[in-house]
Amino acid sequence: MHRLYMELIRMRFLTMLAYRVNYYSGIIIYAINIGAYYFLWGAIYGDQQQLGGLSVEQMTSYVAIAWMSRAFYFNNIDMEIAQDVREGKVAIEMIRPYNYLSVKTAQAFGEGIFRFLFFAGPGIFLISLIIPFHFPATATDWGLYLLSLLFAFLINTQINLLTGLFTFFLFRNDGMMRAKRVVVDLMSGLVLPISFFPGWAQTVMGFLPFQAVNYYPSLIFTGAITHGRAWELIGFQAIWMVVILVPILVLWRMARNRLVVQGG
Amino acid sequence: MQNVKHIFGIFADYLGQYFKTRLAYRADFLGELVSNLVSELINLVFIIVVFTHVPLMKDWTRDEIIFIYGFFLVPYALFSMFFGFWDFNERYIIRGEMDRILTRPIHNLAQVCLESIAPDRIFGIITGLIIMGYAAFQLDLSFHWYDPLIFIVLVVSGALIYGGVYTAIAAVSFFSDSRTGIAPMIYNIQQYGRYPVDVYNKAIRIVLTYILPFAFVGVYPAAYFLRKEVWYTYAAFTPLVAVVFFGLGLFVWNWGVRKYRGAGS
Repeated sequence: MHRLYMELIRMRFLTMLAYRVNYYSGIIIYAINIGAYYFLWGAIYGDQQQLGGLSVEQMTSYVAIAWMSRAFYFNNIDMEIAQDVREGKVAIEMIRPYNYLSVKTAQAFGEGIFRFLFFAGPGIFLISLIIPFHFPATATDWGLYLLSLLFAFLINTQINLLTGLFTFFLFRNDGMMRAKRVVVDLMSGLVLPISFFPGWAQTVMGFLPFQAVNYYPSLIFTGAITHGRAWELIGFQAIWMVVILVPILVLWRMARNRLVVQGG
Repeated sequence: MQNVKHIFGIFADYLGQYFKTRLAYRADFLGELVSNLVSELINLVFIIVVFTHVPLMKDWTRDEIIFIYGFFLVPYALFSMFFGFWDFNERYIIRGEMDRILTRPIHNLAQVCLESIAPDRIFGIITGLIIMGYAAFQLDLSFHWYDPLIFIVLVVSGALIYGGVYTAIAAVSFFSDSRTGIAPMIYNIQQYGRYPVDVYNKAIRIVLTYILPFAFVGVYPAAYFLRKEVWYTYAAFTPLVAVVFFGLGLFVWNWGVRKYRGAGS
């Protein structure tokens, strides 16, 4: 069983490698986004030294690292699940001797590793040549960041599984998945560090899992917090991971009982 | 001309059919409307939150930026309604659906547009108008009697600019038979058009004006209504840019169709 999932991860990794055009266009997308926010923030700061507790330099490296983290945790498995359901392929998937959701997670992981190695790695190196950038100083700092990033991947993947599973009940939920994408980008701190939001909004977001997807690992990377606090954030991530697992399992159970295959 | 009229007639028929099928899944239809609204409002959140920290963004006030965003939503909604083939590469090239399209009696691009038409995106126009209305009220803008006409011309031009660029990029699939991943690229580039171009550096400004002219969808035309006279010339050029870029998109598409050999099984 363990070998099966390893193989799935490897297969997805190789698939990503095979579609090279996709890879180049991905690099362009990330360059576009980081560039857009880099200039936007430059214009927003203007002459001001500090906003929301961050200097303009800290902000630019925050933007860069947030996007690089996203390269690892981002995936489209909700769209893939939706397509499988719409086309009826999911019926075949369900009679196969593996867990469909774990398979999707493994595939997403293969994709994540690919992007992390070939996209985020070179990307962050190039960016560090152009804009002032602080890497974590010690091996412990790196370890904490990577651990937190792994949890970020798991939580984001769970959120995707959840939205993907809604296809079983709604038949078409493209709008929901699109909205989820922007909600996650906003509330995870990708486009705007959480510290920028007004106090009440920060309180509300404290009760939601989205910060765990990007803000926590990015904060750990910038070294703006102590090790103790970093462990605390990782603890929060672990709790969220367990919490989100519950609705996934419930929905998955319900989905299997009421599956209507439309295509095939 | 007869041909174009025929195509418009078919579009009307498809729209009618589409609403019937959409209303069959009523809950989802409603869900989709709400979701679209959320996506549109979230960008507004970014603007509002940022402006709680700063008074100006390169001489632009909060309400001006909100107005530009509201304006941008209108041509963008029109575009995403008629050019909904985000998955063109996957759906038509990799699966070989394009072969079927080529046997259809109307122009192949029109047929592809028809099959992926998304009329529910029309509500984006309403959201855009409300956002613009709010900003216009805050800014105390005044309008001439002919401004609505100019608005329509600029909006249609903006949608055609997107349509042209998107068609050209989708047509790349005809030349490469593998996945291209260009749809997300466009999805990401379009956001540059939402903010005043003068916040970006010169290279990006040139790209947004002459190469991927998305500034003509948001800032330039919106600047006319904001009475920013520095940008009037650009605003006036919007329809011309639309004609050129949509023509270019159509040209690349037709060229691609001639080159197309079929990759599906």
